[in-house]
Amino acid sequence: MILQSANTGSGDVGQNAILLNAERVAKTFPLPAGGVQTVLEEVTFQVAAGEVVALLGRSGSGKSTLLRILAGLISPSHGNVLANGMPLKGPNSGVAMVFQSFALLPWLTVQENAELGLFARGVSKEICEKEALHALSMVGLEGFEGAYPKELSGGMRQRVGFARAFVMKPEVLMMDEPFSALDVLTAENLRGEISDLWERGVFPAKSILVVTHNIEEAVLLADRIVILGANPGCIRGEVKVDIPRPRDKKGPRFVALVEYIYTVMTNPQAPVGEFPSVKPSQRFPMLPHARSGGISGLLEIIYARGGREDLPKLAESLSLEVDDLLPAVDASALLGFAEVAHGDVTITEAGKEFATAGVHRSHEIFKEQVLKSVPFLSTVLEAIRQKKDGGIGKDFLLDILDEHFSESESLRQFQTLVDWGRYAQLFEYNADEERLYPAEEERKEELADA
Amino acid sequence: MSFPLSIKDWRNSSFFSPQADVKRPTFGLSDVAVGLGILALLYVVARAGAQSLVKFNPPEVIPSVDLDPRNLPNYAARSTLRMFVALGFSTLFTFVYGYAAARSRRAERVLVPLLDILQSVPVLGFLSVTVTAFIALFRGSLLGLEAASVFAIFTGQAWNMTFSFYQSLRSVPHELEEMTGLYRLSAWERFTRLELPASMIGLVWNGMMSFGGGWFFLAASEAISVLNRQYTLPGIGSYVAAAVEAKNLLALGWAIATMVILILLIDQFFWKPLVTVADRYKLELSAGEERRFWLVDLWRSAALPRYAGLLVQPAIRGADRWLSRATAVALDRPRREPSRAGDLAYNAVLILITAGLAGAAVRFVLAGVGLAETGRAALLGLATAGRVIALLIFSTVVWTPVGVAIGFSPKLARISQPLVQILASFPANFLFPFATLGFIKLGANINWGSMLLMALGAQWYLLFNVIGGAQSIPADLREMAANTGLRRSREWRALIGPGIFGSWVTGAVTASGGAWNASIVSELVSWGNTTLRANGLGAYISEATSKGDWPRIVLGVGLMSVFVVGLNRLVWRPLYDLAERKYRLG
Repeated sequence: MILQSANTGSGDVGQNAILLNAERVAKTFPLPAGGVQTVLEEVTFQVAAGEVVALLGRSGSGKSTLLRILAGLISPSHGNVLANGMPLKGPNSGVAMVFQSFALLPWLTVQENAELGLFARGVSKEICEKEALHALSMVGLEGFEGAYPKELSGGMRQRVGFARAFVMKPEVLMMDEPFSALDVLTAENLRGEISDLWERGVFPAKSILVVTHNIEEAVLLADRIVILGANPGCIRGEVKVDIPRPRDKKGPRFVALVEYIYTVMTNPQAPVGEFPSVKPSQRFPMLPHARSGGISGLLEIIYARGGREDLPKLAESLSLEVDDLLPAVDASALLGFAEVAHGDVTITEAGKEFATAGVHRSHEIFKEQVLKSVPFLSTVLEAIRQKKDGGIGKDFLLDILDEHFSESESLRQFQTLVDWGRYAQLFEYNADEERLYPAEEERKEELADA
Repeated sequence: MSFPLSIKDWRNSSFFSPQADVKRPTFGLSDVAVGLGILALLYVVARAGAQSLVKFNPPEVIPSVDLDPRNLPNYAARSTLRMFVALGFSTLFTFVYGYAAARSRRAERVLVPLLDILQSVPVLGFLSVTVTAFIALFRGSLLGLEAASVFAIFTGQAWNMTFSFYQSLRSVPHELEEMTGLYRLSAWERFTRLELPASMIGLVWNGMMSFGGGWFFLAASEAISVLNRQYTLPGIGSYVAAAVEAKNLLALGWAIATMVILILLIDQFFWKPLVTVADRYKLELSAGEERRFWLVDLWRSAALPRYAGLLVQPAIRGADRWLSRATAVALDRPRREPSRAGDLAYNAVLILITAGLAGAAVRFVLAGVGLAETGRAALLGLATAGRVIALLIFSTVVWTPVGVAIGFSPKLARISQPLVQILASFPANFLFPFATLGFIKLGANINWGSMLLMALGAQWYLLFNVIGGAQSIPADLREMAANTGLRRSREWRALIGPGIFGSWVTGAVTASGGAWNASIVSELVSWGNTTLRANGLGAYISEATSKGDWPRIVLGVGLMSVFVVGLNRLVWRPLYDLAERKYRLG
C-alpha cells in the first residue's frame, strides 16, 4: 500500500521517509448531555516524503480536525502522532499551512506577511527579506511586496499564503481547502500553478497534504486519496491515483476515477479499494442537511434532464461541490424520490410525481414519503398529537437529539426536521415560543370531532 | 503554466499602495509646523507637570485658585495633563486586565463579573477613601491630590475600554490565531502583530468615548470636601467650584467657553488623527475609501518624523527581538486540558471569598448604622431610582424622534453628530451652577430639579445611540415601507421601533449608568452659601463623604451598587437578549 523505507529515524532524508505518522488517533469532545461525541475514530495514517496526499470527505468527517492534529495545533484524545519518528508535542515545526480564508494580517504588507513565519524563528531581517522575495516571485507576486492585503484579489491573497508557507521550506505543506474561497476560474488557475511547481520538482516542500471536499481537485493533485467517512470521522479507504502528470481532466482514466469516487461517497457502506467496508454502527439516523426547497429543485433538474444524470456532470454543471450536492442527493434517496448507483442518480416514480406535481399535491407526496422513511418524524408527530394544544418544546427535542449528536449538530438536525415537517404540513413551529404545534387541518378536524 | 501576464501593468496602475512609493523625504514647511508643534507641546507639558511637584502640607500650605480668567489656560493645561495621565493608566490597565480575562478561563470567571460591578459602582462615593490614601502616600507634595484626581478620572475611563479590548481579543478570527500558533510566534509577537492591531479600532473609539466621560470625574475630583476638609487642585474644575462659591457668573462663563475650546482642540489634535491612523487596522479586507485628516497628512509629508524614525529604528528592533526571545513559546510544551476537579475547587474558593467579603461589609455597616437607617437609605435609593427611570422615559419620548429624524437625514447627521459628541463629553457639572441659580431664583423644588441636572449629563448618550441606530436601518427596508404606503405611526411600529431597539437599549444603559453617577453631585448642589438638598441616595452619599462617615459611605455606595447591578440583571440584560434575538437587523 504505502511505500515504506527501512529506517525511519529522525534525520533520515531518504526518498520515502515517513514524515508524519498518526497511530490510532482519536478525538472526542464532551457532550453537553454527558458522554462524548467522537469526531475522529481510530485513524491510522502516514505521509511519506515525495508524495501528495489528499484527505477527501464530507463535512463532519473530521478532516480539518485530523489536519490540525497532524500539524500539532490540537492534541488527540487517544493515540500518537509521530513527526519524523519523534512524538509530537506542540506545533509541528516541519509543517506549514495554507488556510481556507488566507489568514493574512491585514495591517502588514505582502512582504511582511510572507516573512512572518521565518521572522518568528529569529532569523535575521536580511535573510527573511531575501527568502520572502524569492517565494513571492515563485508565486508570481513580484512587485507587490509593498501592497496591503486589502488591495489584492482573493487569488492573490492566497498566493501570499502560499508564499508564506514556501518561505518556511517545510517538510509537509498542509493545505486546508485552499481554493474553496476562490471563484472557479481563479481556483483553477492557482491549482494548476501549484501542480506545475510540484511537477517541475521545484516545490519547496517534501510532501503535500491537502484537505478538500472537491473530488476533481483531489484526483488532479494527489498521488493518493484518503477517503474519510463521516459521523464519526474514520478512514474508509484509500485510492491510488496512478495517472501520469500532467493530468488531463477529460482523460478516460481521470473521469473513471472521479465516477468511482462519487459512487463510493454516495454509498457509505461501500468498500473502498482493498479496504473492508465500514460496518454501520447502531446509530441514530442522521438527516442529511438538505432543505425541502433544495430537494425539490434537484429533482426537478434531474427530471428535466431525462430522469437520470451522472453525478460528476451534475456537480460540474451546477458548480456545486460535494458538500453542496450530496446532501440533497442523499435526502432524495432517503425519501425514496431517487436512487443512487454507480455514480449516477436516477429519479423514481414517486420522485417524478413529486417533481411534476402542483403546489398542493407536492406537499402531500412529501408528507407520504417522509412518514414512510423518517421514523423520528412520525414519533415527533405522535408526541405533538398527544399533547394536543400544548405543543412540544424545542428544548425537549434538542435534549433527545443531544444524546446522539454534538450541540451544533443537534441544532442543525432540529432545523432540518422543522423544515421538512413544515413542508409536509405535519406540524407548525412557533419560533417565538419555540414550540411545535399540530398542523391547522388537524386542529380543525379535532374541533369538528369534539 | 504562465504567471499573471500583466504584472508590469499592475505596477503602474493607481491601484498600487501609496506607501510603496519610497521617495527620499525632503525638508519643507511641514517640518517647521511639526517641529514647532512638538516643541510647544513639550513646553506645556513640562510647565503643567512642574506645578504638580509643589509643596503641599494641609491645612497650612494649600494651593489656591485665582478667579482671574487669565489663569484659565494654565488651569486648563493642568487639567488636560491629568486627563491624559489617567488615559495612559487606563490603557495599561486595559491591556493587563483584558488580556488576563481573555486568556485564562479561570481568571475570566472572576474578572468579567467584577468589571460589570466596577462599571456600576458610583465611583465618586469612594473619593474620600482614595483621597486620604493618596495624600498619606505622597506626604508633603501635591502629587497626592494629583494622584487622587487621576485615579478618579481613571475609574471613569477604564472600564469601557477594558470591555472593548476583552471583546476584541475574544473575537479575533480563529484562523489568524491558528496561523500564529502554527508559525510559533512568541507571546510578544502575537500581541503586537495580531491581538493589539485587531483590537485597535475598538480601543480608539471606546477610548474616545471614555475620555469624554472622564471630564465629569475631573470636575468632581478637583475640588472636594473630604473628612470636613476642603481640598482644591488648581484646574478648570476647581475654578468652576471657586466661581460658584464666589457667585461669579462671568468667571463661570469663561470657564465654560474654555472647556468647549479644550474639547474641540483635543478632538482635532488627538482623537481625529488617532481614528484616521487606526483605520489601517480594519479587519474587513475591503478596499474602501481611505480616511484622511489634515494633521495626519501634515505629519506624513514632513521629513522630520521619518528621519527621527530611522534613528530610533535599530533600538526599537532590538527591543522587539529581545522581548520576542523572552516570551517565546516553549517548543515541547504539551497542551494541558483543565481538569474538572480543579475548576470545582476554584469555584468553591471564589464563592467562599465573596461570601466572606460580603458578610464583613454587612457587619461593618450594621454596626455603624443600624438596620432602621439601612431601611431608610434603601427608600432613598428608590427615590433616586425613580428619578433615573423618569429621566429615561423623558429622554426616550423627547430625543428618540429627534434622533431618528437626524439619523434618517445624512445632511442633518453630518452637522449634528460632532455637536452631540461634544455634548456627551462636556462635563455637565459645569452647567449645574446655572441651573442651581435658576432653581433658587424660581424657588423650584430640588427633588424635581435634580432630575434635570442628571439628565443634562446622561441623555446625550441616548440621543447618540438612537442616531446610530436609525442610520443602520437598511435603506431598502425604508424604501419598502414607503412603497407599501405605510403611514408614519404604522412605520414606527413595524420598522423604526424594532430597528432602533438594540441601539436604544445600549443608549439607555449608558444613560442610566451616567445618571446614577451624576446623582451624587446632582442631589446636593450649592450656590454661594445656599445649599439645596434632595431626598435621594446621591445626596446621602455626598453628605456622608464630606463628613467622613465611613459606615454611611459604605452603606450608601453599597446600596447604590446593588440598585445598579440589580437593574442591570433584571431589566437591561433581558432587554439586550431580546434585542439580540428578535430585533437584530441581519
